[in-house]
Amino acid sequence: MTTKSQELMHWIDARFPLTSTWKAHLSEYYAPKNFNFWYFFGSLALLVLVIQIVTGIFLVMHYKPDASLNASGVPVAFASVEYIMREVPGGWLIRYLHSTGASAFFVVVYLHMFRGLLYGSYRKPRELIWVFGTLIFLALMAEAFMGYLLPWGQMSFWGAQVIVNLFSAIPVIGPDLSLIIRGDYVVSDATLNRFFSFHVIAVPLVLIGLVLAHIVALHEVGSNNPDGVEIKKKKDANGIPLDGIPFHPYYTVKDIMGVVGFLIVFSAILFFAPEGGGYFLEYNNFIPADPLKTPPHIAPVWYFTPFYSILRAVTYPLFGVDAKFWGVVAMGASVVIIAFLPWLDRSPVKSIRYKGGLFKAILAVFLVAFFILGYLGVLPPTPGRTLVAQICSVLYFAFFLLMPWYSKLDKCKPEPERVTFK
Amino acid sequence: MSIRVIKTLKRLAAIVLFAPALALSAGAELHLDKAPVSSDPGALQNGAKVFVNYCLNCHSASFARYNTLQEIGLDEQQIRDNLMFTGERIGDLMKIAMRPAESKVWFGVTPPDLTLIARQRASEFGSGADWLYTYLRQFYLDPARPTGWNNVVFGNVGMPHALWELQGQQVAKVTEHEDGTKSVALELATPGTMSVEEYDKTVADLVSFLVWMGEPIADKRKTIGIYVLIFLAGLFVLSYALKKNYWKDIH
Repeated sequence: MTTKSQELMHWIDARFPLTSTWKAHLSEYYAPKNFNFWYFFGSLALLVLVIQIVTGIFLVMHYKPDASLNASGVPVAFASVEYIMREVPGGWLIRYLHSTGASAFFVVVYLHMFRGLLYGSYRKPRELIWVFGTLIFLALMAEAFMGYLLPWGQMSFWGAQVIVNLFSAIPVIGPDLSLIIRGDYVVSDATLNRFFSFHVIAVPLVLIGLVLAHIVALHEVGSNNPDGVEIKKKKDANGIPLDGIPFHPYYTVKDIMGVVGFLIVFSAILFFAPEGGGYFLEYNNFIPADPLKTPPHIAPVWYFTPFYSILRAVTYPLFGVDAKFWGVVAMGASVVIIAFLPWLDRSPVKSIRYKGGLFKAILAVFLVAFFILGYLGVLPPTPGRTLVAQICSVLYFAFFLLMPWYSKLDKCKPEPERVTFK
Repeated sequence: MSIRVIKTLKRLAAIVLFAPALALSAGAELHLDKAPVSSDPGALQNGAKVFVNYCLNCHSASFARYNTLQEIGLDEQQIRDNLMFTGERIGDLMKIAMRPAESKVWFGVTPPDLTLIARQRASEFGSGADWLYTYLRQFYLDPARPTGWNNVVFGNVGMPHALWELQGQQVAKVTEHEDGTKSVALELATPGTMSVEEYDKTVADLVSFLVWMGEPIADKRKTIGIYVLIFLAGLFVLSYALKKNYWKDIH
């Protein structure tokens, strides 16, 4: 007996691959059963993306990308953000969701990337997933940077001024390039309008496309797991991996738990400390942008600081080109080099569980160097701090560039045949 | 004179004006007193009175409206009778008659809008409230300054001491230490109409009002947050039970 709803499904399936898509990606997508805590952050990154898009839609309804001054002498863009905070019903919540969401996005993405590093998720056959992921990270940085200009506060303005000026250090094309990015000789209304356009349309489209590619590639080859062994090697008579369980319902219910856990931490910050101690919303950014008043210390938001430190650590001019240019090159390289991990790692095993002490020690040094770089990035530079940043930058790059050698030297333990569970 | 020359002169003026501020903030450590911020309606209403009488003449609060003062326990008639002195309407923004371009010419710098001052002044040395509470209590006489006033927290400040009649006049005793550092101690040379305790309480009320005005939703936000967290804690228990139940067959 076929019911009405079954008939409807047949009608749809004859015209659109609804059931087969549902099966391929959810109910018959077999994921390893031994995912641990670290495996929450992929779905959480997707959740934060949705939060940012939905809150962003509502913010755009009230925000005005206009740098001209209103009757009280305040830039219209800055005033419109305060209007959202004070007079739009629920506007404060939408705005704080978006501003806290930006930092939360980087928290979950950094943890998601670190998971990949721990368990070798970038290794064959998942190289493209990792490359798409790195591109997502790059797009996310561009999205965050351009979004930060929109409130048109002092840090928005001067942060953009500093970063866009970096492009002018590129030989030959630099000055014209920075002019195109700004649309003016200084950061101005033209810059605000084009950053708004990029932040609201261009980069989000790229991000969503890349996220799709990231997930499609993942579902093509299947997920890695904390043991780093391929579950597809051991299948039962029906061709189902012995250590695999259907993503739905097992991981959907588990991820719901992860989502609620995340929302508890997220809400605690959102409702009780939305400024994040001056790191999520910088205090200076409550002052409207003033092109004539340079703040004594311009610090990027926390999630950029490790890379900003690498930029500042380069202080030597090379081949007759300004040190600033090589700083830009180093900063760009520090992000792009992440994409090359799949080809740098020559270890016989994927997961840190079976790697030797050498890798663990080097990973620990890398992590410490990354945190120190991040910490130094919020502080004004002194000769001593610059030296520390230089040492940490070298350690950062050494982690990647020396990997082909130390990953082979490392004394690894044998991988198990099947995943370990409980 | 060509526009370019004028622009260059303006930039030079800006550099000279802000050089002391730059020098100060580069290394100097700020010692701020902890502000006794209160959310008591009486304190906030007194703060509103002081704000409207002493601040809202040169400084605007252009993101706040008079009728939002109902949230600190005043009704519309009370606001009209006690806090509105000119022809504004109750729904108007708390603006001032002086235009920013003019005040810039008259004072060298436009007195900043105060709606968000408590959020702007936060730093690694303390909250914005701490800064304001210390700043408003540390003006001292300085004949070298055009206004006759200087400030410990904000060196060479452009603003004269607007509350001097209440506090009285302080003078600075600078002691130079052996290591070359200086410390400034203030002494009340001429008492004002208030005692030290009364004045501190008045400033605390004013600062509390400025904190409230910086984010009027703050108290409600925290109240909502408690309910949200209680709800999420309950939901977490349910989602954990759901997960446990689904996963009981996975070995």
